[in-house]
Amino acid sequence: MLSAPVKTIRMALTGNDAGAEAMRQIDPDVAAVFPITPQTELMHAFAAFVANGKVSTELVTVESEHSAMSATVGASAAGARAMTATSANGLALMWEIVYIAASLRLPIVMPVINRALSGPINIHCDHSDMMGCRDSGWIQIYSENSQEEYDNIIQAVRIAEHPDVLLPVMVGSDGFIISHAMEVVDIYPDEDVKKFVGDYNPKYGLLTGKDPMTVGPLDLQDYYMEHKRQQAEAMKNARKVILEVGKEFGSKFGRTYGYFDTYKLEDAEYGMVAIGSTAGTAKVTVDRMREKGEKVGLLKLRVFRPFPGAELVHALKHLKGLTVLDRSDSFGAEGGPLFNELRASFNEETHKPLIRNFIYGLGGRDINLEDLENLFRKTMDMVKTGEGAGSSQYYGARGDE
Amino acid sequence: MSLKTWKEIPIGGLILEAGNAESYKTGDWRSQRPIVDHEKCINCLTCWIVCPDSSVIVKDEKMIGYDYDHCKGCGICANECPVKCITMKPESDFR
Repeated sequence: MLSAPVKTIRMALTGNDAGAEAMRQIDPDVAAVFPITPQTELMHAFAAFVANGKVSTELVTVESEHSAMSATVGASAAGARAMTATSANGLALMWEIVYIAASLRLPIVMPVINRALSGPINIHCDHSDMMGCRDSGWIQIYSENSQEEYDNIIQAVRIAEHPDVLLPVMVGSDGFIISHAMEVVDIYPDEDVKKFVGDYNPKYGLLTGKDPMTVGPLDLQDYYMEHKRQQAEAMKNARKVILEVGKEFGSKFGRTYGYFDTYKLEDAEYGMVAIGSTAGTAKVTVDRMREKGEKVGLLKLRVFRPFPGAELVHALKHLKGLTVLDRSDSFGAEGGPLFNELRASFNEETHKPLIRNFIYGLGGRDINLEDLENLFRKTMDMVKTGEGAGSSQYYGARGDE
Repeated sequence: MSLKTWKEIPIGGLILEAGNAESYKTGDWRSQRPIVDHEKCINCLTCWIVCPDSSVIVKDEKMIGYDYDHCKGCGICANECPVKCITMKPESDFR
C-alpha cells in the first residue's frame, strides 16, 4: 500500500500510544503534564519514557491545566522546546494561557484528545473543546486516525518553529475513537524523525539568549494592535509552511499532507465535509454507495486554522449538493463552526453547491455507515427539492424526526 | 518617540532593549505639578529619598529641580518636605 522511503516499524498502538511515540522521538526539553480523560494515557506513556531514560525531557507534574499551560509557556519563553497535552475541560481551564502562548509567539505543540466540554459532564468525543478556541491564535490540525495523529504531531513541531510562523499548534485526535482504539501505525526510525524535526535554536529565549529581554510586558493602545497584526501575518505565513512541511514529510516518510484530503470527490455530484475519525467511516460509506452507482465523495479537513477557504471552495464548487458535518455546535450561530466558515468562503462564488449543515456526534454519539448514507441521501433530496439548503440541523437527536 | 509599524517591532510584545523604561515618558499622567521654592529649600533631600519615581534631580548635594518627563505628580515630596517649600500646582496653570 505504502512505499515509505524509510524503514518503518509497524506497531499496534492506541492513539495515545502513537502520540507518546511522536513525543518520544521529538524528545522535547520540557513537558508539563496533568491527567484528564481521554488524554491521560498519552502523558502516562510518555512519563514512562522519561522514567526509563528514553528521553531527556524535564517532566513537570503540575497541579492543574492552567499550570500545565503556564509551565509550558514559561519553558518555551526560556528557550526550551516545550509540549503539553490535554482534553476538553483541561483545555478550558488553560484558556487564559492558551491565548497568551499564541500572542507571545511561542511554538508550543500540544496534542488535544478531543472530548465534549461539560456540561452535562461527558468524557467522549466531540470537537467542542478545540472549536471553542478556534480564535485563540493557535494553528489547529485534526487527525483521522492514530497514524495521522503521530504524523501530525511530528509535523507540528516544524510548523510551529518555522521562523515565519512561531505560533503554537494543537493537534486534535478524537477521544476514545482514536485515543483508545488500537490500530496499526507505522513508526519511522528515531534518527529520521529527529533529523526531520531538527534541533531547536530559538531566536529569543530568556535563558538561551545572550542579551536581556522582557517577555509579556503591558501593551496598550499604542502597540497592542500592531502585535495582533503580526499574529495575523504569522497565521498567513503558516499556510505556506504547512504545505511545505507536509510535502517534505511525504518525501521523507511516504505520506504527504495538505490542508485536506479528498476521496472520490473529483467526479462526485454529492459531497460531504468532515473532520476527524468520521472521515474514515465516510470513506467506507462512499465506497458502498459508489458500488450502487451513486456519485458521492468526501473531503476530510485536516487544517482548520488557518482556514483554507479558497482551496476548499476550489475542491468543492463542482458539486450539486454538499453536507457539512460539525462535531460541535456554535450555539446561537447559524450552524456549526465549520459550516459557517465554509459557507462564508463560498459567498463570492457564482457556481456553488447547495449546502446544508448537520451537527452530529456530540458527546461521543455514534455515527455509523447507515447514518452517513442517510446524510448523503438527505444531500440528494436537498438537490432534488431545494429543501434544507442553507439549514443547520442536529442529526440523531431524538425528538426531531 | 515616533510610533513604529507592525513590521518594525519585535514579535510577541518582546522588549529586547534593557533599561528602556526611561524612554517611556510618564510625566503626562500628572495633574498636579510640584514647584520648589529654592529660597526656602534646605537641601535635606527628603524629597529625593521619598520620590517613588526617582524624579527629584540632585546635583552637588543640592536639590535642583524635577524630571518632569517622569514625575507623575503624586505630591509625596510636598507632603514630606520639613520646611514646606514644595507646592503642588494644577497642570492647567502651565498650559
